[in-house]
Amino acid sequence: MKIAYNFAFFDEGSKREIRRATLKAIAIPGYQVPFASREMPIARGWGTGGLQLTLSLIGKNDVLKVIDQGADESVNAVNIKKLVTGTTGVKTVEVTAEATLIQSRHRIPEIPLKEHQILVLQVPLPEPLRYYEPSEFVTKRLHAEKEYSGAWLMLFEQIMKYGNMSSGADHPVMVHDRYVMAPSPIPRFDNPKMNYSNALILLGAGREKKVYAVPPYTKVVSLAFDDYPFEAERFDGMSCRLCGAAGVFLDELIHEETGETYHQCNDTSFCLSRLNSVSAKYQEVPLNE
Amino acid sequence: MGYVAVKGGTLAIEESIRRLKYERVKKGKVLDVESVECGMRGLIDQVMSESSLYGETLAAIAIKQAEGNPEEAVFLMRAYRSTLPRKHYSRTVHTGEMRVERRISASFKDIPGGQILGATTDFIHRLIDFELMNETEEEAKIWLSAFERQVEYEADDTDLNRLPKVSDYLRAEGLIADCGNDDQEPDDVTRTSLKFPASRSEILQVLTRGQTGAVTAFAYAVIRGYGQLHPTVGELRVGDLPVCIDDPIGRSDPDDAYYIGDVKVTEVEMLIPVTVEKEHGKKELEFDIGYGVCFGQNETKAIAMGILDNSLSAKHPEYPSQNQEFVLYHIDSVEATGFVSHLKMPHYVTFQSKLDSVRKTRKSKTERQEVGSP
Repeated sequence: MKIAYNFAFFDEGSKREIRRATLKAIAIPGYQVPFASREMPIARGWGTGGLQLTLSLIGKNDVLKVIDQGADESVNAVNIKKLVTGTTGVKTVEVTAEATLIQSRHRIPEIPLKEHQILVLQVPLPEPLRYYEPSEFVTKRLHAEKEYSGAWLMLFEQIMKYGNMSSGADHPVMVHDRYVMAPSPIPRFDNPKMNYSNALILLGAGREKKVYAVPPYTKVVSLAFDDYPFEAERFDGMSCRLCGAAGVFLDELIHEETGETYHQCNDTSFCLSRLNSVSAKYQEVPLNE
Repeated sequence: MGYVAVKGGTLAIEESIRRLKYERVKKGKVLDVESVECGMRGLIDQVMSESSLYGETLAAIAIKQAEGNPEEAVFLMRAYRSTLPRKHYSRTVHTGEMRVERRISASFKDIPGGQILGATTDFIHRLIDFELMNETEEEAKIWLSAFERQVEYEADDTDLNRLPKVSDYLRAEGLIADCGNDDQEPDDVTRTSLKFPASRSEILQVLTRGQTGAVTAFAYAVIRGYGQLHPTVGELRVGDLPVCIDDPIGRSDPDDAYYIGDVKVTEVEMLIPVTVEKEHGKKELEFDIGYGVCFGQNETKAIAMGILDNSLSAKHPEYPSQNQEFVLYHIDSVEATGFVSHLKMPHYVTFQSKLDSVRKTRKSKTERQEVGSP
């Protein structure tokens, strides 16, 4: 029993169905379009929504980049790349600017995306209202009626309890003044990158069977109050230990021997290209000392 | 030469996969797929039922590959299933035409056609049979031929292909409402995602694909106190059903249909007493039906499915076990295990983001306290 799989794993009918849902999602920014969601050789909750989008969109000339929490070499990113290249043979890259299709889990790259690029985000929980309403039947109606007082109250309660909005990643956004949307668990730092993005942003939730989108040049506003404005994570006075970058999202690391806290760019390919442009001018330095 | 990414992830994965293979073969013996297929009927039936893919050999390979872990085996089968194009739809299968191997009723002692115990673990003593340590194929063959000779000799003339159904008898008595046939094309949750309230065909499909343990647990909750009390097994039957497809280029004449094989299923009709209000507020007792059917001999699951089918049709859900979203969204093996296991993935960014919020919260608290103190 030797089995050869179709180009990009799925049969053509399945790809077409996902693309149809995707087109609808682009036409209604921020609206969660239900789709059948095929079962994948990768586990539900491990990026199957993003993967289905990627596989339905990828063509022979595409150049693919996959990142997981900022890193190209994270085990799950590698695993997803392996499946896509194994069934398509497309080229993969790490340099963000060279990719036409970027699948990412929980980060938007530091380098601004361009018009010819598509960013696919993996989504664990597509429903921004799920925190206070467990029923899908009810949340669907709330969206239809643009009834978002619950979302505002949720943020208000956080301010009352903790003195400020305590949302971590996945801070809800309003898309095109119509739908409240879960931007996927990207840090608040990345939320503003969605606003009037040059690239098309697609979001796929495999287990929850939803696809939604932020088309290029669409207004995306993080929910906040006039007197309690939206705040991204702050890295005041910190910079990357490797490339010296400031004003980017940093990972907090602890030095094994000294126990000291230091920081490093979370976006590994961004850090690498900075290092290379610097080292080209000065000298060669091994990264992994 | 500049900097290059550390290829740690790729290497680690490759080594981990090698390690996994090592675990499978390290004792120097390789499991024969045929042995799995011949000797692990229970696991094969469970895996086929949860993956909603009927193929004993395929299930046997999956079980071998998964080292007997049903959650992994089902996962493999489901992933394979989703690459298969749908070439045909079968004609409607009627369970009245089942070639019955086992059939019991807990409601009536004397059912037309009789009770047929068949193969069941219901009456064995669960004592580990240490003889099995040294069982040989030769012994098994001798036992088998003796058994077959006896079966031939003792066969009676009951037509096992046309056993009447217990529910038909109750219907004739007027004890269950005659519902008629629902000939609507069934919905398919693998082609269109579930919407609520779910249709009956969607409910049945999700239940029959459900993880055996999860389906059983929810049904147990229903009969233990979170739902209606004590339903009765009207009829439970296990046997083979013939599957036919229409001639792909001909008309849908049943005589032109092709027989493509059998599937073994377990079918259950549960009887659940309900009070119905008649004219002038008069109340009468009647029976509701809960229906369960699944691939293979999975009797507990089929009964549990029957209980949940009925429980989920509650007009005014009181308990989570009657809530369609609560039950149907959470019993799929691949979805539940996938999302629970995804917590093993790195959450560095999301955790950093939460950390930032936590620190901010603490900072603003101390600030507020400082401002408040004189």
